[in-house]
Amino acid sequence: MEKLKFERPVINHINAGVPDKFGMGTAIQPISHIDDISVEDLLNEYGSPLYVLSEKTIRETYREALSAFKTRYPKVQFAWSYKTNYLNAVCNIFHQEGSWAEVVSGFEFEKALANGVPGSKIIFNGPDKSNEDLERAIQHGSLIHIDHFDELYEIMAVAPKTGKKAKVAIRVNMDTGIYPHWDRFGFNYENGEAWTAINKIMPNPDMELIGLHTHIGTYIMTPNAYAVATSKLAALTVRIQMKYNHHLKYLDLGGGFASKNTLKGAYLPGSDTCPSFDDYAEAITGALINSDIQYEHMPTLFLETGRALIDEAGYLLGSVLANKRLLDGRRSLIIDIGVNNLFTSFWYEHHIVPARIKQRDTEDTTIYGPLCMNIDVIRQAIQFPVLEKGDRVVIKRIGAYNMTQWLQFITYRPNVVLIDAEGKTHIIRENETHESMNALDRIPQHLKEIQL
Amino acid sequence: MKIKKNIAVSENGFLFDPNSGESYSLNKTGQLIVKLISEGKTESEIIEVVKEKYEVETTSLQRYLDDFIMMLQQMNLLEKEED
Ligand SMILES: Cc1ncc(COP(=O)(O)O)c(C=O)c1O
Repeated sequence: MEKLKFERPVINHINAGVPDKFGMGTAIQPISHIDDISVEDLLNEYGSPLYVLSEKTIRETYREALSAFKTRYPKVQFAWSYKTNYLNAVCNIFHQEGSWAEVVSGFEFEKALANGVPGSKIIFNGPDKSNEDLERAIQHGSLIHIDHFDELYEIMAVAPKTGKKAKVAIRVNMDTGIYPHWDRFGFNYENGEAWTAINKIMPNPDMELIGLHTHIGTYIMTPNAYAVATSKLAALTVRIQMKYNHHLKYLDLGGGFASKNTLKGAYLPGSDTCPSFDDYAEAITGALINSDIQYEHMPTLFLETGRALIDEAGYLLGSVLANKRLLDGRRSLIIDIGVNNLFTSFWYEHHIVPARIKQRDTEDTTIYGPLCMNIDVIRQAIQFPVLEKGDRVVIKRIGAYNMTQWLQFITYRPNVVLIDAEGKTHIIRENETHESMNALDRIPQHLKEIQL
Repeated sequence: MKIKKNIAVSENGFLFDPNSGESYSLNKTGQLIVKLISEGKTESEIIEVVKEKYEVETTSLQRYLDDFIMMLQQMNLLEKEED
């Protein structure tokens, strides 16, 4: 008699209909391929763990977002939020699509220039701009978004030295009816601080106020908050028209659109609750069109969307190192992806699946990284198939912030690979090596010799 | 190794523990192993039987079986071993 195919024995507790913290145990769909390239092949060729980005998904997502806005309001300009993912190849995909650059530091400013972005198409945000940064930004005709009064005075001092007029906007913070209210960046709307700043800039001969900016927060689930923000910026625009007969060129609504990732503690998956680009576009353009801004002076709408444009295009692939049982009988799975490579695991319940399922049964599982640290938890509680050492796992939607906020810790950061629209793979950032890691270390003479 | 008294396993792999009121589900192999345990088979006998029926190597089977028995203990489905 021919023998049957073996499946490992599994027993699972049944919780009559009540979803527990391990979730509903919905059928797990493995991810064996990304853009038709096999996960196994990618890992064999480029090592494990591995970041993978899909150029196709980046471009499609960008075009979907652009079209949601352009079909409602023709004057729209995206500026790629460098901090979200500043791998040069990624930035250049956005620049090829027409995005300007949005930067928040001298470092990012230099990156954008080196990528070939004209200075006049760089938006310079953030509270940390040195005198040299400001001078260079003025020289390049970049758009400086002023964060606080000290910066405003700094520009007043620096601009005359450059012989150029600084092109400025102010960042405005405001109550949009959502929590938390980000009041630490920019000038407040409700208490009149923003208006005070405007009244300092307008008469100054070395500055030209060309726009207004806000960034109301990140992962904003309520499109209406954007309608409120737009209306408040529009009200300031009208006030400037009335008092100074001056017409602003743009309103910048910042970033903050949610991605389809699931926040920790959320009851429903992010893929069910995330508003669409159409929802956000409707809120923002509706408020603009219905504002009192003079029709022939309607401003360009700038958007600095970050995570919603790139999260979906990024994958983190890895391998199982071991299985263990915890004291309470729970299974724990140790993988080679640590939280240092998945910074966003501190606020997302990341979607993780095997590349291949040999057996449908799942068990209550905790997934740990390899870091020898208690905080290194990729998923605290998930229904997961039992995998074996060497099996591959795929974490979805990791394109935003992980490739900028990653921490080098106890080993080298891995390769980042881009799959282009034709299905060809390219390393877009090489893994660190002993040489690259040591290149910046300096050993004082008296510490060069050791004898043990 | 003994399964606790009164524990009932249905044909489609549901296990009910009247001592605690909890229910469990078993896959086919799990079902077979629980049956063999309740028939009083030892670990090595269980391995024999399973190997006869299924295509599996002894070392991996031993690993899976150890793990499975730990789960049963964890779920309080086995009599405490007398020593
Ligand atoms: C000023 C500014 N613009 C844009 C972004 C991008 O935000 P998000 O990724 O939420 O779209 C950020 C992120 O913190 C930001 O600070």
